Amino acid sequence: MLSAIAVMALGALVLGAALGYASIRFKVEGDPLVDKIDACLPQTQCGQCGFAGCHPYAEAIAKGEADINQCPPGGEEGIRRLADLLGREFKPLSADHGVEKPKAVALIDEQTCIGCTLCIQACPVDAIVGAAKQMHTVVESLCTGCELCLPPCPVECISMEPIAEDIATWKWKYPVTAIRPAAATPLHPSPAQAA
Amino acid sequence: MGIFSFKGGVKPASHKAESTALPIGEAPLAARYVVPLHQSIGGTPRPCVAVGDAVLRGQRIGEADGWISAAVHAPTSGTVVAIEDAPMPHPSGLPALAVVIEADGCDAWIERQPADPAALGPDGVRAYLQQSGVVGLGGAVFPSHAKLSAGKAGALDELVINGAECEPYITCDDLLMRERAEGIVAGTALFRDLLKPKRVLIGIEDNKPEAIAAMQAAVAKAGEDFAVVAVPTRYPTGGAKELIRVLTGKEVPAAQRSTDQGVQCFNVATAYTAWRAVAFGEPVTSRLVTVTGNVGSARNWDVRIGTPIAEVMALAAPNPDTDGVVMGGPMMGVMLPDTAAPVVKATNCLIAHSPALFPPKPAEMPCIRCGECARACPHQLQPFELYWWSRAKNFGKAQEYALFDCIECGCCNFVCPSHIPLVSYFRFAKSEIWAREKEKAAAEAAKTRFEFKQLRDEREKAEKAERLAKAAARQAEKTAPAATASERPAPAAPGADVTTSATVAAPSPAADGNGDAEAAKKAAIAAALERARAQRASAVPRNTDGLSPARQAEIAAIDARRESATPATAPTPVASAAPAPVPADATTDEEAAKKAAIAAAMARARAQRAAAKPRNTDNLTPAQQAAVAAIDQRRESTGLASPAGATGTAAAPLSTDPHAAPASSPPAADADRTSTP
Repeated sequence: MLSAIAVMALGALVLGAALGYASIRFKVEGDPLVDKIDACLPQTQCGQCGFAGCHPYAEAIAKGEADINQCPPGGEEGIRRLADLLGREFKPLSADHGVEKPKAVALIDEQTCIGCTLCIQACPVDAIVGAAKQMHTVVESLCTGCELCLPPCPVECISMEPIAEDIATWKWKYPVTAIRPAAATPLHPSPAQAA
Repeated sequence: MGIFSFKGGVKPASHKAESTALPIGEAPLAARYVVPLHQSIGGTPRPCVAVGDAVLRGQRIGEADGWISAAVHAPTSGTVVAIEDAPMPHPSGLPALAVVIEADGCDAWIERQPADPAALGPDGVRAYLQQSGVVGLGGAVFPSHAKLSAGKAGALDELVINGAECEPYITCDDLLMRERAEGIVAGTALFRDLLKPKRVLIGIEDNKPEAIAAMQAAVAKAGEDFAVVAVPTRYPTGGAKELIRVLTGKEVPAAQRSTDQGVQCFNVATAYTAWRAVAFGEPVTSRLVTVTGNVGSARNWDVRIGTPIAEVMALAAPNPDTDGVVMGGPMMGVMLPDTAAPVVKATNCLIAHSPALFPPKPAEMPCIRCGECARACPHQLQPFELYWWSRAKNFGKAQEYALFDCIECGCCNFVCPSHIPLVSYFRFAKSEIWAREKEKAAAEAAKTRFEFKQLRDEREKAEKAERLAKAAARQAEKTAPAATASERPAPAAPGADVTTSATVAAPSPAADGNGDAEAAKKAAIAAALERARAQRASAVPRNTDGLSPARQAEIAAIDARRESATPATAPTPVASAAPAPVPADATTDEEAAKKAAIAAAMARARAQRAAAKPRNTDNLTPAQQAAVAAIDQRRESTGLASPAGATGTAAAPLSTDPHAAPASSPPAADADRTSTP
C-alpha cells in the first residue's frame, strides 16, 4: 500500500517536473492560433468587422469574442477558410458588417481633389501619395480597396473602381461537365479534347 | 549517338502532309496591322512611338521592359493610327494594348545594319538580340537573350536545337528546315559561340526526312560539327525536357532548369531569327505560320506579326463548314474567340475547326481510375489524382501531386476512355493557384505596410512628445538663469558683496539642474502637455491663460513684489529688483552697492532678453518655484523687517550651499535669523 503510494507519488513528481520543464523549454511566444486566423484574413485593414484591423479581429475570433462571418472583403471563401481552420460550422456573411463586393480600388478625381491630406492619413497601407494643397493620387497596386479613404474626403472626390479582368488576371474557368453529348460546338474552348 | 526515350507519350495521326505539299508562301501585305506589345513572357514593352508617327518595317515600336522582355517592331512601313486595347489571340478574348499601324504599301525597311558578334561581345549580342525582339518561337515565347548565358553549373555540355515539331498538323519548323537550313545552322553557330557547349545536337523527328536531309546538308556545307539526330516520332518529343531526355539521356528534375543539368534548348525558328537579326540587321517582324485544317489549300505562310488572323485564314480558303480557328496544334492549342486578333510571335499554326474534322467529344464520364493517363503522361505524373484534387478544388493536394510539372501536353486527354477534359481541370487549378498566390502576396504586402504605418505613427507620436519635452527643457534652462538673475540682487544687497551674492544665488539653479534633473524633465513634459492642451483650447492663447493655481499664485506674488518694490525705490537702480533689503543692511558701503547695482541691472537685462516671450515665471520646476517662493518670502520678510515671514523650506535651497553661510556673514545672519525661529 505504502509502496504503491510512493510509486504513484514519484511518478507524479517525475512527470510534473518533465511537464514543468517542457512548459518553460518549449514555450510558444504569442498565440499561434491568432497568426493562423490572421493569415486567413484579407489584410485590407478596413475595420468593417468592427475591430481596428485584421489582427485585432483575429485576436477576437481566437478569444471567441467575434464570429467568423464578419469580414466582407474575405467573403464566403474567407469564412469557409476560417470555418475549416477553427472546426466551426460555415455561416453566411453577417449583414450587419457589410456585403461582399467585387474587388475594387480607390480612384481620386484629380480635378476635384483639394489636397487636404485627410485621405492620406486615413489610408491604412500608405497607398495614397500627395502633399498638402497638392493633388493626391492612389497607387493602384497598393490599394486594398478598404474604402477607409471615402468618409474623410471633404469634397467626395474618391470613388471605388472595380478591378477589370485583363489577360494577366484572367483565370481558366472550372470545366463544365456536359450531361448529354454536346451539340455541334464543343463546350470547352480547348481543342485539346477534340484531337 | 545513343537515342534515349521518355516514358509515356502518344502517337496521334500526324496530319502533316496536307501543309507540306506547297513551299513557304509570302503572305500579301495587309492594310492594317495590330501589333500587341506583350508578345513574350516577362515585362510588357512600353510603346515608344506616338499616334501619327510614320514607321518603317523593323522600326522599334515597343521598348523592352526589364531583362526578361523583348522589343517589338513594326511589321511594315506606314503610320501609327492608334495605340489602344485590341483583341488578342488568347482564350479569354480579352483585349490588351497594341500598336495599330496602317500600311502605306511601300513596305520600306529601316536601314539594316548587320552586327558583328565578335565586336559586340557576348553581352552585346544578348542586348542586341533583346533589341531585335528575338524570342522562343517554339510556342513559349521566352526571350532568347535571357537563355543565352551559361547556367549555374558553369559551361554547358550540350546545346539542343529543337526541330522535333511533334504536334499534329504543324509543319512550320519542317518547312523552315527544308527551305532555310543554312540560316538555322548559322543561328545555331551564333548560339554555340555564346554558350560554348561541348556539343551541339539538332533533334528532328524521323517523320521529316526532307528536313533532316536539308539540315545535314547545311551543317556539312557550313563545316560545323553539329549532330543532326533523327528522333523517333512520338508526341510530345518536341517538349524541351522530353527532347533533352531523348537526345542526352538527362532527366531535368522538377523545379530545375535544363541549364542546371548542363543543357540548353532552342527552337530552330529561334535560331533562324537570331541569325537574321545579327547577319542582316532584321528584327523579328514575321514568322512562319501553318494554315491548315478544314481548308482548301493548307500551306505555310511567312506572315507579318500583327496581321489579322482572319486575313491569314482567308489565304487558305477555309471550307464553308468551318466554325472556328484553333491557334496552335490540336493537342495544346486554344480555340480563338475572335479571329480579328492578330498573328503574334507565338502563333505557329492556325487550324480551321469543323465538326467533321474534330468531332465533338462524347460526354464526360466518371473516372474509372484505369491509369491510362498515368501511362501516357510524359512527365510521369498521375493525372487521375490531379484530376480528382483539381475537381474538388483541393489545390494543396494537387500541388503535392506535382501539378506544376504538368506541361499541358494533352496526352491524358487523348487516352482517357471516359473523355474527361483533364487538361482543362489542370489549367483551372493552375490559374486558381496563381491567383491565390498573388492574392496572398498582396495581403502579405498590405499587412507589412499596415504594420509599418502603425509603427511610424507611434514613432512620430513619440518623437513629437520628445521634441516638445526638449523644447520645454530648453525653455526651463533659459528660465533658470533668468531666475538666478532675478535672485541675484536679493542676496547681493543684504550681503553687500557681489561675489557673495553670486555664490549664494548660483548654487540654487545648479542644484535644480543636477539634483532634480529628472524631476525637471518630468515637469517639463507635464508643462509641455499642459501648454499643448492650453493651445488647443484657445486658438490665440494668452500666456496668462490656463495657469495652474500655484503658478497664478506665483505670478500674483511677483506682481505684489513689483508693486512693493516701486515705492521703495532706492537711489540705486538695484531698487527695482530688490530694494527692500537695502534699508535692512544700511551698513554697506557705497561702492559695493554700486557694483551690485550694475550686476543686477545686467542680470535684469539678460533675464528680460531670455524671457522676452515666455515669462520667466512660466514652466518652472517645483524646486525652482520653491526657490523663488523662498526668495520672495525672504524679500518680504526683510522688506518688512519681520523675521517671522520665512519658513524652513524657504531657507533650504540657500542653506544647502556649504559656502553660503561662511562666505557671507549678513546672509548667514539672515539665514540664522530665519532658521532660528
